[in-house]
Amino acid sequence: MKTVCCSILGFGAIGQGVAEVLLKKKEYLENIGLEVKVVAVVDSKGATINPEGVDLANCLARKRTDGTVALDNLSGVEVIQSVAHDLVIETTPTNIRTGGAGLQNMFAAFQTGKDVITSNKGPLTLKYRELMEAAKVAGSHFRFEATVGGSMPIINLSNEVLAGNKIKSVKGILNGTCNYILTRMLEERASYNDILAESMQLGIAETDPTYDVEGIDTACKLVILANAIFGLDATYSDVKVTGITKVTPEALEMAYERGHVIKLIGEVSRERIHVAPRLVPINHPLAVGGALNVASVETELAGEITVTGKGAGPTETASAILSDLIAIYGN
Amino acid sequence: MRVSMDIELKDVPGQMLLALQPLSECKANLITVVHHHQKRTPRKTVPVKLVLETRPESIETIKAKLEENGIRIVRVGEHRFRESINVVLIGHVVHTGIQDTIDEIDRTGFAEVVDLSLSMPGINMLSSALMKIDAVGKEDLHRALAILKEVSAKKDLLMVLPIDIQA
Repeated sequence: MKTVCCSILGFGAIGQGVAEVLLKKKEYLENIGLEVKVVAVVDSKGATINPEGVDLANCLARKRTDGTVALDNLSGVEVIQSVAHDLVIETTPTNIRTGGAGLQNMFAAFQTGKDVITSNKGPLTLKYRELMEAAKVAGSHFRFEATVGGSMPIINLSNEVLAGNKIKSVKGILNGTCNYILTRMLEERASYNDILAESMQLGIAETDPTYDVEGIDTACKLVILANAIFGLDATYSDVKVTGITKVTPEALEMAYERGHVIKLIGEVSRERIHVAPRLVPINHPLAVGGALNVASVETELAGEITVTGKGAGPTETASAILSDLIAIYGN
Repeated sequence: MRVSMDIELKDVPGQMLLALQPLSECKANLITVVHHHQKRTPRKTVPVKLVLETRPESIETIKAKLEENGIRIVRVGEHRFRESINVVLIGHVVHTGIQDTIDEIDRTGFAEVVDLSLSMPGINMLSSALMKIDAVGKEDLHRALAILKEVSAKKDLLMVLPIDIQA
């Protein structure tokens, strides 16, 4: 049995999802020879630390009742530096302007020779090269499937499963909120603002939806794909971005009458990185509805491979983190 | 451009060669040949339908050469436009001059707006238009879209292109 000591930094929806999945998959992991011991859980208010293994069920309960797991007044970086462990599961909120706590956590993890698995797009959008370099120097594993498309495998699909194929392009719907809004606008013949309000009520859109509806979130994911799959050194400023705020129910209806839906499509290849609303034929593989994500990987040998799935949600994102964990420590 | 031609051949051996030679000499690209063996015209000739791709200036030469070879030409139809695309425009489509937007495409000579659906839900609300543009060839279509893109940027219109077109 191999024991992997890890920390969970960030205990919001995704961090809690990871804790729940680790509890649920304890037996499965043991069956494949892995004992995953969480030695620290950190949220914005502080940390719970136990070198013998934190009681995750207790952490989840305390988070629900007290709003925090904090027992020690330690930050993520302090935990990384003072608590011995192998892996940092970094699930703090995305900040694309500064990289936020996530960026500091990742650099600190690599400086202390730890592996990192993350769902946090911000640091990768801002400092991809530096982070990869730091991981390489430290000899650390660094995996981030959960940053793009939630549960949907895109990065690992392109780089590992489709190994040997030259990837020509990836295009798809990488933001569930935009897909939900456009799908509902067409279904209800309702305005953008009405459906946005509905999405906020349902918790599908954030209180400040700018990041999603202006295409910024999609653009960040494309930057990660550009770097991770195409080996570019792209940043956010390399992406041409148009959001969905101008799309009208009338435009959706006219397009539909001619056999098309309008979707916010992200597209990345060696030549260009682009986000914009596009006309997609109704029977096209990318014409998925609701809050689904979808991506088509155009390959040299295997043709076009399309995957679709839930792009967000704690359990779905934790599923991608779990697969990264098994990819590093399994076998 | 793409041209369809209805011709008639005499019912004797070697006629098809006489019909196809002029096309080859003029470097026309033959797309389809439908030879109605079983049919006969009242003149006892065999009707043949051709679709070919050629430069506009070669058409008259082809016709002359066919006639020289004794081939009767019944009809010549030009398929001027081979490419077609739907584009959605959203914004103050009408107030910024829809006619002017259409004219910009039409005056190119290689592309035309051939269909337009328009929706104006209210005075201060965004209008939406779905435009069908036909163009002579693929390259011309991209040139027309580049013009439309420029016009849209100037008029602050959101242009929604089909997914298979490079934006």
